[in-house]
Amino acid sequence: MMKRRTVLGLTASALMLGVAFAPAQAADTMKIGMVVELSGGGAPAGTNFRDGALLAAKEINASGGVMGQQLEISEYDTGTDPQTSRALVQKAIDEGAYNIWGTVYSSSTIVNMMVAQQAGVPQITGSEAPNITAQGNPYIFRTSYGAQKGIPALTAYFKDTLGAKKVAVAWVNNEFGKGGHDVFVGEMKKAGIDVVADIPSEAGAADFAADVARIKDSGADAVFVYLHEEESARFLREASKQAVQAKLVGEVTLTGQKVIDLAGDAANGAVAHVGLTADAPLETFKTFKAAFEKEYNRAPDHNALKGYIGAYITKYGTEKAGAVDQEKFANTMHGLCLKAAEYPGILMDTCWDDSGEMSRPSFMIEVKDGKQVVGETVPAN
Amino acid sequence: MEQFLQVLLSGLATGSIYALAAIGFTLVWQAAQTVNFAQGEFVMLPAFFVLIAMNSGLPLPLALIVALAVSVFVLGFLFKKAIVEPMQKHGNGGGLSLIIATMALAIFLKESVKEFYGAEAQPYPPLISGGTWNIGGAIVSVTDIAHLAISLGVVVGLTLFLNRTRTGRAMQATAQNPAVAEILGVDTNRMVLYTFLINAALASLASFLITPVYLAKFSNGEYLGLIAFIAAIVGGFNQIRGALAGGLLIGVLDNITATYITAEYRAAIPLVLLIGIILFRPQGLLGTSEGRTV
Repeated sequence: MMKRRTVLGLTASALMLGVAFAPAQAADTMKIGMVVELSGGGAPAGTNFRDGALLAAKEINASGGVMGQQLEISEYDTGTDPQTSRALVQKAIDEGAYNIWGTVYSSSTIVNMMVAQQAGVPQITGSEAPNITAQGNPYIFRTSYGAQKGIPALTAYFKDTLGAKKVAVAWVNNEFGKGGHDVFVGEMKKAGIDVVADIPSEAGAADFAADVARIKDSGADAVFVYLHEEESARFLREASKQAVQAKLVGEVTLTGQKVIDLAGDAANGAVAHVGLTADAPLETFKTFKAAFEKEYNRAPDHNALKGYIGAYITKYGTEKAGAVDQEKFANTMHGLCLKAAEYPGILMDTCWDDSGEMSRPSFMIEVKDGKQVVGETVPAN
Repeated sequence: MEQFLQVLLSGLATGSIYALAAIGFTLVWQAAQTVNFAQGEFVMLPAFFVLIAMNSGLPLPLALIVALAVSVFVLGFLFKKAIVEPMQKHGNGGGLSLIIATMALAIFLKESVKEFYGAEAQPYPPLISGGTWNIGGAIVSVTDIAHLAISLGVVVGLTLFLNRTRTGRAMQATAQNPAVAEILGVDTNRMVLYTFLINAALASLASFLITPVYLAKFSNGEYLGLIAFIAAIVGGFNQIRGALAGGLLIGVLDNITATYITAEYRAAIPLVLLIGIILFRPQGLLGTSEGRTV
């Protein structure tokens, strides 16, 4: 009996000591749950997002942290599986995450964001599916605007620049692709352009021979390619192999650095509207690109920029809120506008609305000789 | 019609590469009476040997030769000596435990590549690149035609080797009845080793041809292994010509389905085909029934 009492006493003491010391520990560090795609089909996107975020976290910590707290980042690999991502968001929250960074794939974010919402934990996502910010979730914030804001910027390009009468659309059949596809088809209808081939493919698809053959046969003047990075590269290679003459146009992913690396010469001539590009003609982007290349010895893509901005959203949002408080953070972010001159980590003047959606200027990109060439800057919408 | 011809040729080109991997299943089955569930990874790995060789500064043609040699040694010689032979010595010719060992090998190879080369797809140079040809109004890719020609050429060469050379016939005799072959003076151990080396070479060739399409990625073997396995069963697990027919059939059906029926459910077609074969012709389209003592 004595032994049992002793054990109980020691346990109680340990628990009390733990409680006593916990706030002191929390005051020194700010835990962040980085839940991203580090393996599976989303690895290129998730890895870049993580690396961009880690670079920003390193800078933030070196400059004193967030409200005096050092960022302590735990990485969780979703394997590009939505259900795994949901469990990992819960795990990150159980381990005391102040913010969740990620996921990038919309099909994961749409599943895991409810977990963060229920726990009242702000989530800073790299996803772009329109429905992410249409759920009435007050804790979700984008690092890049949704497809419903980006794709309409392409309508003028198809109609006026290319003079297209007939277009084809190749899209990935998941949350990300369906969202973009629906917006695109609606925009083409409004512009009076016929969608003559509508071709879905599965995430991770490897062989696009049949898809490209259908597009060629459709007689489309231009093709809207809305696929993830690896699939975009495979599509471009197949289009090059079958000598597709129609202009290949994308939103964000098609001209990403990873896609160019994978597709090689086949990427030349592809055009995309992008919210973020490391080659943007702005000083903040140049500084970021140089720092990223020094850190990782490779060029960053748009997902690296998202991760970088995401980390600074945590910093600036918390400092604007004036306290390390998740609810105050979320309330502060709604309607917040940050100017890059004052908050350089945000890279461009950016505003968030009440749904967590963002707006900022964007760019048109064309791949020439294996490089992203930035064309016109599209104003914020 | 032009589109059909284009889709057909493209399907045959991809299918012929599946066939190379599928033939590997039949060769290992005939030589060791086992199913090599690491066959997909055997196709995934040589592409990474090419990348390593190229990163060391070798030009592509030399890198391919080095990768082929390394693959034949690792996936042929070492596979037989370090896994198949020790397992077979423990009774019943290896049996189920050998099959499980190949599953474990598949995981080991996949995870090793992921560990050393990362989870992301890697750029991979095309073996053949260049232009299109107009055949009967259909614009077909030269790459597809070259892939088809190379794959079929290798299969024809292999068949001639097995049927027309002394070594090939000895390999066949070993596959059909090792005990009698040994009585007739055939070095059966050596013949089985040759079979494993040929399988590794075929897997390497499949890797060199398919990776420019799939891109070099640690997980490529999952799909390729499954498709090759289905192709081997559909065509006939104990016949090289069966594996060839199975691979071509799946390649063509996949493309035709995606073009004319549904892109969403194209992945289900090989499985539907497999179920049909198991139900109505379990020996496969060109396979022969085998009796086994229970």
